[in-house]
Amino acid sequence: MRKTLVLLLVIALVGLVAAAQATKVVNVMHGWPGEQAPAFEMIVDAFEAANPDIDVVVEIVGRDRPAILATRLAAGNPPDLTPHPWIGLMRQWADAGEIVDLMGLVDTSDINPALVPIGEHDGGLYGLFIFPNVKSLIWYNPKNFTARDYQIPNTWYELLALSEQMVADGGAPFSIGIDSGAASGWPGTDWIEDIMLRTAGAAVYDKWVNHEIPWTDPRVKLAFETFGSLFSKGYVLGGPIGALTTNFGDAADPLFTEPPTAYMHHQATFIQGFFNDHFEGLVAGEDYDIFPLPTITPAATPDGSIPLLVSGDVVTVFNNRPEVIAFAQFLTTETAANIWSSELGELSAYVDADPDDFADPITRKAQAMLLNATVSRFDGSDLMPGEIGAGAFWSGVLDYISGISLDTVLQTIEAAAVDAYSD
Amino acid sequence: MSRRSSNNEKNDRTAVRGFGLAWSWAVARARPWMFVGPALVLITFFLIYPTLMTIVRSFFGRGTTLIGPSVEYVGLTNWKFVFTSNTMLTALRNNAIWTVLFTTCTVGFGLMLAVLLDRVKYEKIAKSLIFIPAAISMVGASIIWKFVYAFRPIQISQIGVLNAVVVALGGEPVGWLIKRPWVNNICLIAVGVWIWTGFCMVILSAAYKNIPRQLLEAARIDGANEWHVFRRVILPVLFPTIAVVATTMVVQVLKVFDIVFVMTNGNYGTEVIANRMYKEMFNYFNYGRASAIAVVLLLLITPFMILNIKRFTKQEGGR
Repeated sequence: MRKTLVLLLVIALVGLVAAAQATKVVNVMHGWPGEQAPAFEMIVDAFEAANPDIDVVVEIVGRDRPAILATRLAAGNPPDLTPHPWIGLMRQWADAGEIVDLMGLVDTSDINPALVPIGEHDGGLYGLFIFPNVKSLIWYNPKNFTARDYQIPNTWYELLALSEQMVADGGAPFSIGIDSGAASGWPGTDWIEDIMLRTAGAAVYDKWVNHEIPWTDPRVKLAFETFGSLFSKGYVLGGPIGALTTNFGDAADPLFTEPPTAYMHHQATFIQGFFNDHFEGLVAGEDYDIFPLPTITPAATPDGSIPLLVSGDVVTVFNNRPEVIAFAQFLTTETAANIWSSELGELSAYVDADPDDFADPITRKAQAMLLNATVSRFDGSDLMPGEIGAGAFWSGVLDYISGISLDTVLQTIEAAAVDAYSD
Repeated sequence: MSRRSSNNEKNDRTAVRGFGLAWSWAVARARPWMFVGPALVLITFFLIYPTLMTIVRSFFGRGTTLIGPSVEYVGLTNWKFVFTSNTMLTALRNNAIWTVLFTTCTVGFGLMLAVLLDRVKYEKIAKSLIFIPAAISMVGASIIWKFVYAFRPIQISQIGVLNAVVVALGGEPVGWLIKRPWVNNICLIAVGVWIWTGFCMVILSAAYKNIPRQLLEAARIDGANEWHVFRRVILPVLFPTIAVVATTMVVQVLKVFDIVFVMTNGNYGTEVIANRMYKEMFNYFNYGRASAIAVVLLLLITPFMILNIKRFTKQEGGR
């Protein structure tokens, strides 16, 4: 009896000591419910192995994360750290003093220097851009291309000629999916941003994103019209309604059906996770491959290089505690970057990442594009205020495709933008 | 000694009695407040205070804080947005369409089913089937119907029931949720009707079964045909219940959110007031605008709530 009591006391004591030692907790919230979750967990495990006194608690919020973050911020209990793609929101948080300026706290020498400025704002560093995605990609099925003897286009006009050929052969050139539940519209904004970089150039793109030119500007209008011409020329599977009602995650499926119902699909690197889920046994490089969306107006890209639209997640820190900073620092390391890219075939933000190290041919190509691009810009809709980048621009694209006149659409976005950028 | 003490006692007693009187008077005065108190405190904190703060907040600008240095006074700017912007005008128009079509259909179908199903043998089964959607969550129902309305390009086989039928009959698939302004709005309203008709039917059916059969028999003996019985007897007797059900439906429909949020998110001209409020608040963090929209919603719903409560107390009072 007494022995049991002593034993229990000892156990309780040991438990208390253990609990006291592991009191340093880092709360992380991320929005990757899919295959990224276990990969992120591996990064967490590696960190915890190196820092046994820190416990990283991961919370996954797959939907409506901005709303949840807003309420948690208002209530005063935000997560310690979160990776997220909302640069515009990040700037608002920075202005409101709700997030930590990491300048001087986190050493960014391990991050690809081209990516670091994306997290900067007003002389501070509020986001570590370490989960990059390349957006300017056209996916195709090489087997379908060889069967029809189609060649990879090097210019926009070759792309249009190829599309014409595909239509003549009775196929649909593009499969576009713009539906994304409450976030519907974003795949369309990616198209317009990519076209904008190729027809107006990066300098105008920056002005447009910062609302230094109005939405009714002819250059913005041209970008919309160029996108719209794909529909009016009949290059899109299912036409406007097909694009509007197809979920972005299913939109690449027609490339892999037998016979194929469409030949090309515009989407970022992350999309291969989707069609690998939908079809078994697809081999990267054989069943699917990528080429960059070619240039359009030579004057917009004077050096002849292909501009790159990138997106992805930056890591933002809400609470300045040593263990939180330590975890943020760890996320920038080669170890973390390698786990991420080898597990998921995602791109690496590590400064010395060598494309040839990647086994996956798609990752290798995209990584090379990321390293070699002379002009790269972050996804514009993520840089704009929420009312526009996650509101009027999204619904504007949907309205335009569904047949509302372009002038009306652009005036509506402009009216919202005048409000949104006013303070 | 003993006398003095008894005198003292007497004095004490009088004092106690006086105090006791004051005490019982106070208790009598306080008793109602003791009963009402907790409810009053709760209502103040959870209803009156938030309502007042929402009204105040509607005159301040964007931002997620209630009051503070980061929110600035903007006067009527938010209110101007509510009553002049294209999005809000669409939302107000759509709420009007919803109110009319949804209420007429739910109450109308509910009444029809209540009266007609009373005459069939399989009444219980039929009523249960019609009532089932009421047990499905709004979001669940919306997802089910999103599949019903699903569109696939004609080259691909349809996965939506509706378009499968259209294509089987030789037609082109229709973008049910895209086609504005009527097709998509009616398709959304149909989902609401599907969910709520069962509820209306059950309540109206209970009221219908309470009508004394002699009343109907008497009318028939007097030579009224079935339509007359319905029009001149059933309808007037059921009227108070119909009014309560209808006002309940109006209150339901004015705050419609889930169906629109899940199925179109207010795109393609299907915006409604509550969905816009959600967007302003949780997507754009403009608490000022969201508050103004919330107040509009509150003002629209209040008369129907008052009507409903009046009807309710009248009915209760009659018992």
